[in-house]
Amino acid sequence: MIQLEKICIQSGAFRLTDVSFCVPAGGCGVLMGRTGSGKTTILECIIGLRQVSSGSIQICGRDVTRLNPALRGIGYVPQDGALFSKMKVRDHLAFALRIRGTPKKQIIERVDELSILLGITDLLYRTPAALSGGEAQRVSLGRALSFRPKVLCLDEPLSALDSETRHQMCELLDTVRQQTQVTTLYVTHSPQEAEILGDHLLRLEDGRVVEQKSHSTEQ
Amino acid sequence: MTDSVSFRDTPGSGGQKNTTDQDVGNIVLSNRLFYVCMIVIGGTYVLLIVCMLLADAWYVVEKTAVTAAASADPWQSMLSANPISVALADPKIQYSIRLSLLSCTLSAVLSVIVAVPIGYLLSRHAFPGKRLLDAVLDIPIVLPPLVVGLSLLILFQFRPFAYVARDVVYQMPAVVLAQFSVACAFAVRTMKSTFDHIDPRCEQVAVALGSSRAQAFGWVVLPEANQGVMTAFTLAWARSLGEFGPLLIFAGATRMKTEVLSTTVFLEMNIGNIEAAVAVSLIMVAAAVTVLIITRVWGARDALL
Repeated sequence: MIQLEKICIQSGAFRLTDVSFCVPAGGCGVLMGRTGSGKTTILECIIGLRQVSSGSIQICGRDVTRLNPALRGIGYVPQDGALFSKMKVRDHLAFALRIRGTPKKQIIERVDELSILLGITDLLYRTPAALSGGEAQRVSLGRALSFRPKVLCLDEPLSALDSETRHQMCELLDTVRQQTQVTTLYVTHSPQEAEILGDHLLRLEDGRVVEQKSHSTEQ
Repeated sequence: MTDSVSFRDTPGSGGQKNTTDQDVGNIVLSNRLFYVCMIVIGGTYVLLIVCMLLADAWYVVEKTAVTAAASADPWQSMLSANPISVALADPKIQYSIRLSLLSCTLSAVLSVIVAVPIGYLLSRHAFPGKRLLDAVLDIPIVLPPLVVGLSLLILFQFRPFAYVARDVVYQMPAVVLAQFSVACAFAVRTMKSTFDHIDPRCEQVAVALGSSRAQAFGWVVLPEANQGVMTAFTLAWARSLGEFGPLLIFAGATRMKTEVLSTTVFLEMNIGNIEAAVAVSLIMVAAAVTVLIITRVWGARDALL
């Protein structure tokens, strides 16, 4: 579960005020809004890359507002993948496990499992320079899921992809989410992506959440 | 595309004039003139560098030819009595080459070790006094080299440096320290520029996925900065090789003790042995070019992997 209570963020002239919402455990919240409305800022606060001025952030019932990002246990997929240029794909998938000191055998098993799930078994020995946009985002997703996080945050991961690849990735994300049951917060501009993935829609405008609805509420 | 052509070619449309062959010719001529100016200005400097090196080489060739002509066995004379062979056979110059290689490598390694953290902090973090620190780091670059040497000499008059002055000043460590004092500033600039060009989001992703700052630096940032590190090393090495002013003041120019290649050139010139000075200069050029080629090849190989 991701729960934000009365979050305020001040960064220069930009301000977010009293942002509150909750994405239930296993659900997928889709955060929508115009460019500059503060979607990425909220995501960065949840991940811990940016500090909030006031309010609290809870992840799975634990207050993480002032917690170091490394200790929050959140999987993060940034906009363009932000892959590590010198690492091969398999090293990306193993990255979060290696830094946690996971035994080698378990890392190999997890890398194999993820590469099958994401359809990237042929790409394991490639570097990011040899990947297409869609492949890079699959690798980025695998890297974020590798340590089995309880929460996954995706920042417009498909915005740079063509429509066909975007559609394939949407379906893949939906499948992955259903299989892993990971609580997801997805930032996007696209109503189509929101429709396919989101069961909890949050619309941000002028630094405030102006609309919250879930598919269950609509039904 | 078609629209724009017909628009341009329609007389009197929107105040646009017809594009004539003369207009096209003028643009082509103007563009050519632009590149000719650029090439001439840039080429003059490149020519100056090449001519300087060729002049050194020609001087050595000329001296070799004169010696060979006067010798009974010209071919043997060309091989053994040319200024470079003579210089390489001289034990003093052999010592100077060994000390240069050792001190430049030590100085470059130390420079990189210091430049990586300073470059990283300057590039990634805002902290009080950052601009002042940035300016202080440029001092060795803008300061006259003799002043650097003199300042080091004065520094070792004071405690705690004075305790080790006997083992450092006018000794081999002074050579490394004098070279390092200047070369490190260039390495710091290179490393800062390198870290400026590395997307900080990769590091942020690593931290978000559970890395400590040290892990993110070691696993993600440093491998990405690999080529920058090599460039900083090369620059520091080459800078150390060419360092002379601080060495003369702080380490002295004692033969078989603190003599490096740059001081050899000075000492040989002082005793009027221009042939040896030119030969050592060419050895220095060869050493610098070799290091440059090795690091470039390494960099290119790294980029391909």
